[in-house]
Amino acid sequence: MAESTLPAPVTVPKKNLADSAVVRVGKYMLVRLVTMAVTVVIGLYLTILIANMGGYVDQIRRGEIRENTQLQVMNDPSLKSLSGEQRAVLIEDRIALEEKRLGLDQPFALRSFSFLKSAIVLDLGFAQYLNSDTGSKQVKLIILERLPSTLLLFGTTNFLLFFGTLFAALYLSRRYGSFLDKLVVGASPMSAAPAWFYGIFLILIFSAGLKIFPFGGMVDAPPPDNTIDYTLSLLKHMILPTLALALNSVAYSIYAERTFFLIYSSEDYVEMAKAKGLTARDVERRYIMRPTLPTIITNFAFLLIGVWTGAPIFEGVFNWPGLGRTTVIAVGLYDTPVIVGTTVIFSYMLAVTVFLLDFVYALVDPRVKIGSEGGAK
Amino acid sequence: MNSIRKFFSDLSQYPSAVVGLVIILLMVAISIYTLIAIPYEKAITLWRGDENVWYKTPKTAQPKWVNWFRKDDLLETFSFNSADGDGTKTEEYSNETNKIFISFPFEYDSNSFPQEITLFFTSQFDKKEPFVSITLITPDGREVRIGSFAVGKTQTYRFSQDAKLARRLKGNSPEQGVLLDLATDPPTLVKGHYELQIEGVGFEENSTVDAEMVVYGGAYGWAGTDHRRRDLTIPLLWGAPVALAFGLLAALGTTLITMIIAAIGTWYGGWVDELIQRITEVNLVLPFLPILIMIGTFYSRSIWVILMAVIMLSIFGSGIKGYRAVFLQIKESPYVEAARAYGAGNWRIIMQYLVPRIIPLLIPQLVILIPSNVFLEASLTVLGLGDPVLPTWGKVIQEGIANGALFQNQFYWVLEPSVILMITGLAFAMVGFSLDRIFNPRLRGV
Repeated sequence: MAESTLPAPVTVPKKNLADSAVVRVGKYMLVRLVTMAVTVVIGLYLTILIANMGGYVDQIRRGEIRENTQLQVMNDPSLKSLSGEQRAVLIEDRIALEEKRLGLDQPFALRSFSFLKSAIVLDLGFAQYLNSDTGSKQVKLIILERLPSTLLLFGTTNFLLFFGTLFAALYLSRRYGSFLDKLVVGASPMSAAPAWFYGIFLILIFSAGLKIFPFGGMVDAPPPDNTIDYTLSLLKHMILPTLALALNSVAYSIYAERTFFLIYSSEDYVEMAKAKGLTARDVERRYIMRPTLPTIITNFAFLLIGVWTGAPIFEGVFNWPGLGRTTVIAVGLYDTPVIVGTTVIFSYMLAVTVFLLDFVYALVDPRVKIGSEGGAK
Repeated sequence: MNSIRKFFSDLSQYPSAVVGLVIILLMVAISIYTLIAIPYEKAITLWRGDENVWYKTPKTAQPKWVNWFRKDDLLETFSFNSADGDGTKTEEYSNETNKIFISFPFEYDSNSFPQEITLFFTSQFDKKEPFVSITLITPDGREVRIGSFAVGKTQTYRFSQDAKLARRLKGNSPEQGVLLDLATDPPTLVKGHYELQIEGVGFEENSTVDAEMVVYGGAYGWAGTDHRRRDLTIPLLWGAPVALAFGLLAALGTTLITMIIAAIGTWYGGWVDELIQRITEVNLVLPFLPILIMIGTFYSRSIWVILMAVIMLSIFGSGIKGYRAVFLQIKESPYVEAARAYGAGNWRIIMQYLVPRIIPLLIPQLVILIPSNVFLEASLTVLGLGDPVLPTWGKVIQEGIANGALFQNQFYWVLEPSVILMITGLAFAMVGFSLDRIFNPRLRGV
């Protein structure tokens, strides 16, 4: 029994039941797909409305265009000879042209739907004020340019933290009540403070005080030429942010996961398995890890989504050129296409992840397969 | 009564909860003291005050306590005002001139120089401005001539800006030079009993001069000052009630509304439940922080608007699913069935049968949410979206960072509000985690 290679899944005794399970899962997935699609569309539309303040941003933009055009015409020496009226006509013409360029000649209600349509088909359009470093105004390029740095920092760090805490939690759940365990429980309230907050402390100690690590940024300025130096410089810049993220989350994650494991390891079937004489490893793998798998998968999936959005303040404190900081800058400039663009990417990622989660649940969690979904009557 | 006593005896089993509770009570006491001692209007005037309000404080001065850690201690700012009776002032009227003599004796025993020495004159006259000449008597008996000039109704004389004086002091910056013994090489700081003498002559009978001397040191008060000379005790004290109010209101609003929504959804079931679940999913797609940033940038930065937005965006949060699961169990319990059998209305069942059962689960959630909201307020402020009027901890951090406090060794500026924030957050979190273990039987043993 203990030597069986397959980790004994929920066995399906009869074939007709398996058929109906497949149909049920299929149906369930279809319904989920439709609801997720509707959800994304509504979420996107709401974001578009908020990002345009229900059309008020248009008014701000019109005012800005008027002011800038007037200034341009006033300061243009080649237009000095024009009379006041001619100049007024010229200004109006230019304003109309500029408004047309930005699409401001249409009412907002109409434009909001065309925004929605292009958002849904991932046509992110052009930024109004922001530029990518290569000078492009395409929102897609701006996002693609910032994404790698965000992914690099949060991806590496969160992966390390996720698996690190998972194993630490398993280890501690075995050594429940030890000094280390108490330490982790005691330190878990540290997660009350956000990561950027620890960032400030770390910068104070290691950059301003001890002058070991840089204050922020991604690489030294100017960037080193050869790859090895570049990587080293990158690593040096990543130490403090990683440390800040770790300080924020490590203790709490370990505490939460170990508590979770402990709760599951006090179940009757675990006692039974121990009584049967299974090794600790087997008990852990088959009777504790398995029922906790859906939750672990969920946590992991949400971690994946979280990686994509970056963290506006955290990136601000460490001067990290990521997506989060770009969003903040875009909001400050009223650059709606960029704001909507990042949200679109985010909601698609979320929708896909939630959908995949549902699918994995349907495979992993026997309750879905049998048809009593969660607690719904 | 008994259950309350039992609750507290449970709580006292957790030392961290006791520590947290003490800190929270202390914070509440500080908040009440602040609200009484520095009423809102006064706090706002002080916080938004310019150099007219804060002329007596140095710029970016370290707090007093840094001297405990320094070898050469910083000078603490001090001032004299002859109009308030500091020092001595004598007047003698004869021959249509009023002779005024003001003397400010002071001990100078700091190892460091002042940032600046300034004299603020106010005078009374009808036609002709009075004339003053200023001398500084050093501990070794020298008389340093500072300057002589006519003073208008109000006049400010800054030592550092007197180029003539600087030349007389062999090129040393005057606020330092006047305290030096120039005969030695290199010039050394003379410590001891100084006396600043102001001899004034008024040319009318009622013409008089008053002077206020401020010696700006590198240290001021228990909290130091910022780049606009404001005493940081104001925002540090006022931050407490603001943070507590924001944290508590946001947490309370979010958890209560979420719970009631979850209760309604589970009780009615059907399309109501479906709708609530779908709204929760839409809410999940909306990016929380960017929307708050947008609201802050586009609409209003008032703390109350942000508070409302936080509550609105959080009520359909992930908490609903947790509450829903519990409510589904309670809904099937026999006592609810009994209530239904005797004919209790829907609302009655929701408010009196479902909701009270979930309160033990709710309280730890609520307490844990408080620090995250306190930090959210600080986060938004650090992004530059804080309330433009209120002095808060986040505001001090943001201004400190924006003005390069981290690069110029002005660590106190960022450190003080951060440490206070940290302590407050930790206190609530410690209490919350312990409450979670007390109220959540599944966690009790672990």
